[in-house]
Amino acid sequence: MAIAVEPQTRDRVVRRRRSRTAVIDCDIHNALPSDEAIRQYLPRRWRNHHRMFGLRGHIGCEYPRANPNAARHDSWPPSGLPAGSDLDFMREQLLDEWDMEFGILNCLIGAGRQQNLEFGAAFSQGLNDWQIEAWLEPEPRLRASVVIPYEDGELSAAEIDRVGNHPGFVQVLVAARTQQPLGRRKYWKMYEACERHDLPLGIHFGGNSGQPLTGGGWPNHYYEDHAGMPQAFQSQVISLVTEGVFERFPGLKVVLIEGGFAWLPPLMWRLDRSWKRLKEEVPGLSRLPSETIRRHFWLTTQPMEEPPRHEYLVQLLEQLDMDDRLLFATDYPHWDFDSPAQAIPPSLPREFRRGVMSENARSLYRFEAA
Amino acid sequence: MIDCDIHNQLPSLETLVPYLEEHWRAYIRESAFVGPDVNDYPEGTGIPARPGTTPPSGGPPGSDPGFLCAQTLDAWDLELGILNCTYWVQSVHNEYLASALATAINTWQAEHWLTADSRLRASLVVPSQNPALAAQEIDRMGHHPGFVQVILPVRSWTPYGNRRFDPLYEAALRHDLVVGIHFGGSSGNPPTPCGWPSTYLEEYAGMSQVFQSQVLSLISEGTFDRYPGLRVALIEGGFTWMPSLMWRLDKEWRGLRRDIPWVKRPPSEYIREHIRLTLQPVDAPPQSRQMLEILEQMDGQDLLMYSSDYPHRHYDAPEEALPDQLPDLHWDRIGTENAREFYRL
Repeated sequence: MAIAVEPQTRDRVVRRRRSRTAVIDCDIHNALPSDEAIRQYLPRRWRNHHRMFGLRGHIGCEYPRANPNAARHDSWPPSGLPAGSDLDFMREQLLDEWDMEFGILNCLIGAGRQQNLEFGAAFSQGLNDWQIEAWLEPEPRLRASVVIPYEDGELSAAEIDRVGNHPGFVQVLVAARTQQPLGRRKYWKMYEACERHDLPLGIHFGGNSGQPLTGGGWPNHYYEDHAGMPQAFQSQVISLVTEGVFERFPGLKVVLIEGGFAWLPPLMWRLDRSWKRLKEEVPGLSRLPSETIRRHFWLTTQPMEEPPRHEYLVQLLEQLDMDDRLLFATDYPHWDFDSPAQAIPPSLPREFRRGVMSENARSLYRFEAA
Repeated sequence: MIDCDIHNQLPSLETLVPYLEEHWRAYIRESAFVGPDVNDYPEGTGIPARPGTTPPSGGPPGSDPGFLCAQTLDAWDLELGILNCTYWVQSVHNEYLASALATAINTWQAEHWLTADSRLRASLVVPSQNPALAAQEIDRMGHHPGFVQVILPVRSWTPYGNRRFDPLYEAALRHDLVVGIHFGGSSGNPPTPCGWPSTYLEEYAGMSQVFQSQVLSLISEGTFDRYPGLRVALIEGGFTWMPSLMWRLDKEWRGLRRDIPWVKRPPSEYIREHIRLTLQPVDAPPQSRQMLEILEQMDGQDLLMYSSDYPHRHYDAPEEALPDQLPDLHWDRIGTENAREFYRL
């Protein structure tokens, strides 16, 4: 719950926060207020389709979430609209509350996992037009990720080309669980387009591609679905690096969103060792996997790593050696929200916190200085 | 020293023919079946065998008991060595054939390997795709003092915490056996949560994620709550990822424990109590100080068990089986005592 404070106290709190460090939130989720809201952005053929069939992604992957829409209990707006769908309430509860300089919207409405790819493309277009009109134009602090039908490289590239030059779009969004590992050829057109528009590729927690959620089959619980997501991220890093995607698209930048980062140092060690043994299978790689990772990847902080002892966090950050690649995120309005005031322990160096809270994102997404 | 991962290799399916009933002999002859469709260790990569491990008698590395004992038990002066036969009958979708093959392999191991040297112990191969049949096989052979473990491939059709595996765990407990989860297998599921990768390198490097998923499953399904005596060894999956997994599982458990109410303690406590990991391959950080950090973060001196992974090639010279990144002070635990306690040797 948001804590009620007297206006005066609140102003002081806000001022103190501002004097400490700017906040850029790299993971906010905007939702549709209703099905009807998107239909006006769809051409007649797909509007009818949406009315008749709704969304048809890969089904049979139901892990009832901890909360409705996985949202914080207090994030349901007084307007009665779904959590994350009311811009005024988002301003009040997030942007103003934390005095945010910028926030990046990652719209998770499933356009990328539609079985009907043509519909997925039309739905993506509709969502992006809706994002421009309903979010980016009315709120100058917000930026958004381009929603794409990511299981088809060409359709995705077309949508990136269509809206990629709009100044409000700062990233292209795919899900962590795709049909195939993201290094495979079928996704390359998408990376070409990312490079063309100088947009980072954001890989966000979630997705359902019809593949079992683990390499050992389908688990039973939401806890496994949720806590097991870093395994999907690890697989995507391995694939992108070993398929030589960064040799082909040297300008490509990848942001791993909501996947954690403590698993990355051991993955780099394992990949480096494995690559030394198996180099001949991937002759196109020009450098150590860990070097490629440190050049091309960024990671958001939420859900923040919380080792049992503070010194382990310090060790982890040193092993990771990517201080300038960590980006603060809240994951608003989801239940596992990270607070800008608490997520990054104040015992970490001030410069580090400044980088994570705002400056790393500022330079990646090219936001103007405060 | 006790070596927790030595691979004894079936020379070929032919070896098992004398141990099979006539029905299966004919079935194999008529179908030209050559064994499970698994390619965990492509021969040309060098990973399946270090140079010099091919027995003079012919046959693949790890197939000659005398030569294997000379290169492991004698050469490294081991007190005991645990054999892990990775003949994955789980990949044979005909469960009855898989079961017959497992029975044949275990009898062959008892006759051919456990009699070869008193320092050898072995692992039961079971058709775990059918836990009832697996339990039968464990009951058939589990009393043999040479078998100390039931071995399962990390890549399964269903995660190992699922209650369908309960009969297998009950049988393992009846015979006081460790359940070993080992690198590899081919269940038919893709090896990643995002489908099939292109290269062996991806599959090989990515196998750690499957281990992580299995640990997650065993804990969240309450397997250790149902079977407080259950011991699980993670073999050949690496270990430097373990601290990060413990932190993630503990944090998520605090947020989502109502989803799995039978899990009463932080997951890392279950891991420390029920799970051990073998040493090789060591995915070592660039600095030895960082290895010490990882060992401290995961209580490595208590959780790791020495393994050479003979004859696989994670290192070149035999003396490199002992990685120099590990500090001397832990060797009594990691080298011997952890395995002695865990396997009750």
